[in-house]
Amino acid sequence: MLNLEIIIFAVLALIAVVAAVLMITTRNAVHSALFLVVVMSTLAVFFLGLWAPFVAMVQVTVYAGAIMVLFLFVIMLLGAEKIGARLGRSWQVPVAIGLALVVLGLGVFLLLNTAPIEVVDLPAEEIMLGSAEAIGAALYSQWLFPFEAVSILLLVAMIGAVVMTRHEGKKKSA
Amino acid sequence: MSNANFVTLFPVIIGLSVVLFALGVIGVLTRRNAIIIFMSVELMLNAANLAFIAFARSFNQIDGQVFVFFVMVVAAAEVAVGLALIVAVFRTRQSINVDDINQLKG
Repeated sequence: MLNLEIIIFAVLALIAVVAAVLMITTRNAVHSALFLVVVMSTLAVFFLGLWAPFVAMVQVTVYAGAIMVLFLFVIMLLGAEKIGARLGRSWQVPVAIGLALVVLGLGVFLLLNTAPIEVVDLPAEEIMLGSAEAIGAALYSQWLFPFEAVSILLLVAMIGAVVMTRHEGKKKSA
Repeated sequence: MSNANFVTLFPVIIGLSVVLFALGVIGVLTRRNAIIIFMSVELMLNAANLAFIAFARSFNQIDGQVFVFFVMVVAAAEVAVGLALIVAVFRTRQSINVDDINQLKG
């Protein structure tokens, strides 16, 4: 039974796979970054369909927005569109594809050898919809310690980025 | 999506997650541009996120979504530090080809 929802998500999955293939094969780093934005946007639609609207919005704003802008900024700052476009040594590519096929085969094997999932029809009030309210309630109760830990992690990353990109020329001239 | 559609689409979603992860592995192993290697790592993190969300939906638990939130925070931190590293390496070596970056001494 094919209906509109299944068709939409199947087409989106196809778009995501094609964009990911183009991302790792295209020569230009800017094109690569834009194809990654396409993949992330399609995944955001998947998140919306899987009852995770808050995560979908975070995916669009943080991943497709902030992180990819940072990537594009660095690519264009370094003029790195063509740098390192060549692939590794010639034997590396077939070995890499072979290893990736092993990963793929393992995933497909596990997928085919697990029992099909059973989803019970829940009444509307028992559905755990990932709204901002529900995520916030979980973050500030059960997940409070990890939440504080990642806030420190972000602070450390921010300080690290500033320290590493600081101009050292100043020190020499002073 | 409705439960019937979700049961039908579940193998597609997990399959998409596996395929995207494998493509990320190929990207990391074959490309030599440090920025593209980084983007492939992001692709793998996204593939894992998709599996987390799909399983959260099937178990009707919100913990999977909270975990995706944490993965995104760690990815943001990783990108900030990683891109700073790439910029610093480019300043000293004038290259971000990982084959050229083969010694610790700057």
